[in-house]
Amino acid sequence: MTLLTLARRSLFAAAASAALATGMGLAPTASLAQTPPGVLIVGQIAEPKSLDPAAVTAVNDFRILVNIYEGLVQYAPGTLEVEPGLAESWEVSDDGTEYTFKLREGVMFHDGTPFNADAVKFNFDRMLNEDHPFHNTGPFPLAFFFSSVASTEVVDDLTVKFTLNEPYAPFLSNLAYPTGLIVSPAAVEANGADFGRNPVGTGPFKFAEWRSNEAVVIEKNPDYYGEAAGTDAVVFRPITDANTRVAEMLSGGIDMMVEVPPTALSEFRGEGYSVVEQAGPHVWFLILNAKEGPFADKLVRQAANYAINKEAIVNDVLEGTAEVAAGPTPPAFAWAYDESLEPYPYDPEKAKELLAEAGAEGAELTFYVTEGGSGMLDPIPMGTAIQANLNAVGFDVKIETYEWNTFLGEVNPGLEGKADMAEMAWMTNDPDTLPYLALRTDAWPDQGGFNSGYYSNPEVDELLEKARVATSQDERATLYKEMQAIVQDDAPWVFVANWKQNAVTTDRVENFTLEPSFLLDLSGVVKN
Amino acid sequence: MGSYILKRLISAVPVLIGITVIVFLIMAMIPGDPATAILGSYATPDNVAKLNRDLGLDKPLVARYFIWLGNMLTGDFGRSFSLNRPVLDEILERFNATLILAGTSFVICSVLGVLAGVVSAARQYGLADKAITFVVLIGISIPSFFLGMMMILLFAVNLKWLPVSGMYAIYGGGDLPDLLSHLIMPAAALSVVATGVIARLARSAMLEVLRQDYIRTARAKGVGEGRVVYGHALRAAMVSIIPVLGIQAGFVLSGSVFIEIVFQWPGVGRMLVDAILKRDILLVQGGVVFVAACYVFFNICVDVAQSLLDPRIKT
Repeated sequence: MTLLTLARRSLFAAAASAALATGMGLAPTASLAQTPPGVLIVGQIAEPKSLDPAAVTAVNDFRILVNIYEGLVQYAPGTLEVEPGLAESWEVSDDGTEYTFKLREGVMFHDGTPFNADAVKFNFDRMLNEDHPFHNTGPFPLAFFFSSVASTEVVDDLTVKFTLNEPYAPFLSNLAYPTGLIVSPAAVEANGADFGRNPVGTGPFKFAEWRSNEAVVIEKNPDYYGEAAGTDAVVFRPITDANTRVAEMLSGGIDMMVEVPPTALSEFRGEGYSVVEQAGPHVWFLILNAKEGPFADKLVRQAANYAINKEAIVNDVLEGTAEVAAGPTPPAFAWAYDESLEPYPYDPEKAKELLAEAGAEGAELTFYVTEGGSGMLDPIPMGTAIQANLNAVGFDVKIETYEWNTFLGEVNPGLEGKADMAEMAWMTNDPDTLPYLALRTDAWPDQGGFNSGYYSNPEVDELLEKARVATSQDERATLYKEMQAIVQDDAPWVFVANWKQNAVTTDRVENFTLEPSFLLDLSGVVKN
Repeated sequence: MGSYILKRLISAVPVLIGITVIVFLIMAMIPGDPATAILGSYATPDNVAKLNRDLGLDKPLVARYFIWLGNMLTGDFGRSFSLNRPVLDEILERFNATLILAGTSFVICSVLGVLAGVVSAARQYGLADKAITFVVLIGISIPSFFLGMMMILLFAVNLKWLPVSGMYAIYGGGDLPDLLSHLIMPAAALSVVATGVIARLARSAMLEVLRQDYIRTARAKGVGEGRVVYGHALRAAMVSIIPVLGIQAGFVLSGSVFIEIVFQWPGVGRMLVDAILKRDILLVQGGVVFVAACYVFFNICVDVAQSLLDPRIKT
């Protein structure tokens, strides 16, 4: 027997035993370096588009931005209520059209230029004023969040006043949204359209490096006015494939991952990891075509709400990563949410009775389902579960499936003449946004809104208009609660689920919580 | 030879123009537009119209095509909506990564495939032939993305020998060993199917040649078996193997899309998939034209190589 054959044999044996050991789940020997202490590596779902807060729309990008920048106001930890940020305090005029902000003193941008009223004015003028010299650093797709702003005035170095066209109650929560984060005017002037790759803000972290398609690195800001960040640096890695993200987490290549697929969560329930969950301002629903066909009858719409087993969808299809929705407003808007609202129970018998009463047994329905999309969770399995539930009570449901952008192109212009129902999901930052854009009569698609099912109830219209101009939060809360009760009974939608955002960290990561806003504040996080 | 190459290059021009027209029309015809993709839930008709205006998409189709083509001829591929940077910068960076991955795979599958085919043919119906045929059949039958995921599970998650994904380590990497450790799995997964196909075709090409009279003559003259197989037969068989290599190069390049997604390799395939989903028109158009141009160029190279080996082909 030659030496070569021997070597070949032992190689075979080694390979076989290695395969055996893995197959049997024996403890492997780690030979790859672990991630360094003090550096947090986060597995993101995509490459960011830009790090210019005015130019982006995706939660994926917001997760980085909120660590580099700050806004005039911010969401208080654990809530969706607004608290001071770069502004120490503010006053609202009695008619609700003038907002005057007193700015925090001594704040510096990362480039050493001072944060002041001029900087605030620069930010909003850049976004809203087409003649502004740096308006061409856009486009700014979410600038309409501030379309009610008529002018921004510098009162003195640390006081800035916004004048609105008309009272607009969601203004403050829009300021707390990432679109309202304040950028350094000097850096925009220096970098122009490339500012999004050279971001400068005031936050606890400053931008260090962006290696395309590999990582965005941010570092602790040593001159931060508030409490210093708990880590030296955070690295955001875009890993678009969910399975690969899970594999990176299991192999120790990343310390934290967001948007864990429901089916992978059980991998992390044991030793060495912690799973963090947080319900957010998200609602997943079915738009029903209330203009024509079977769903023009309220009884049939209610029957659909009774017929669908929402518990089974959130527990079995979504593996507990969502909760059953009761109405159009997600419970995360605690101050505006009607606690007394109970979800439609799963009651197929009641659904059949209602169908009989409406004379709509055997009604044929066309159901638009999407393949994926922002906030849509697991739309195809959810769609087929819903189809089965509806067929069980006597509907005849036909599914049509579309890719996300095509789907939006079909659904947003309205369902008339095409479909009876469609899946949809929204994540918003104010209880006004979704009902105002998707439930009012004036929000029918032909008027530029998202009321694709043509729901119309003058009472709801009036409540929403009133809430929008009310200046006190208590008054708004009362109006929204009233609206929720009416809408739930009218059932223009089937209310299905409120998503719980999740994240997994290794046990080397401490102090991490998820916020209801779905933003990712990492300043307090410690990595051992 | 010079005029042959020139002729091939000139004939590539209408092909490339055709590609620009096709990719432009496809992007114009698919449902959904970039403004809707960017705005998501907030895509009201007003917002979409305004954003389309800002993005320059409100001009007539024909005008947009010629603006795009004209800019491209001056080297300006436009700016990507979804990545907010010049399209050409992105493509070149990404193409570099794809070239490393696909190039490595191509070398692996060419060398291994041809070698396996030759060994198989030289020992027709022998043990080696049977073993190779069996392994090749398995290789051809496994989808590369599945193989990739299984490799990640075994070598990265369980054994922790290799990193899961990416091209370089996030910290303390960037050198050649680091690149190689990230490259092994994707390159191997990508080359398996192509290796199998090449091996099978190389085997039959070799068998064909080995039956020829001049091989028998060579053997009769007492030429060593190694020299007969590698010197006489392989050289002749290469004429029919090289076009297969050309086709497999295209296969490896397009197959890299799946592998790049599984291994998060920052290449052009993953870029195109993301760009299509985000309706990033300029990035898709620029990327497709660039890849197509490379493919056309590569085919010309293959034809030229073939004509060098077999002067009968040159016309």
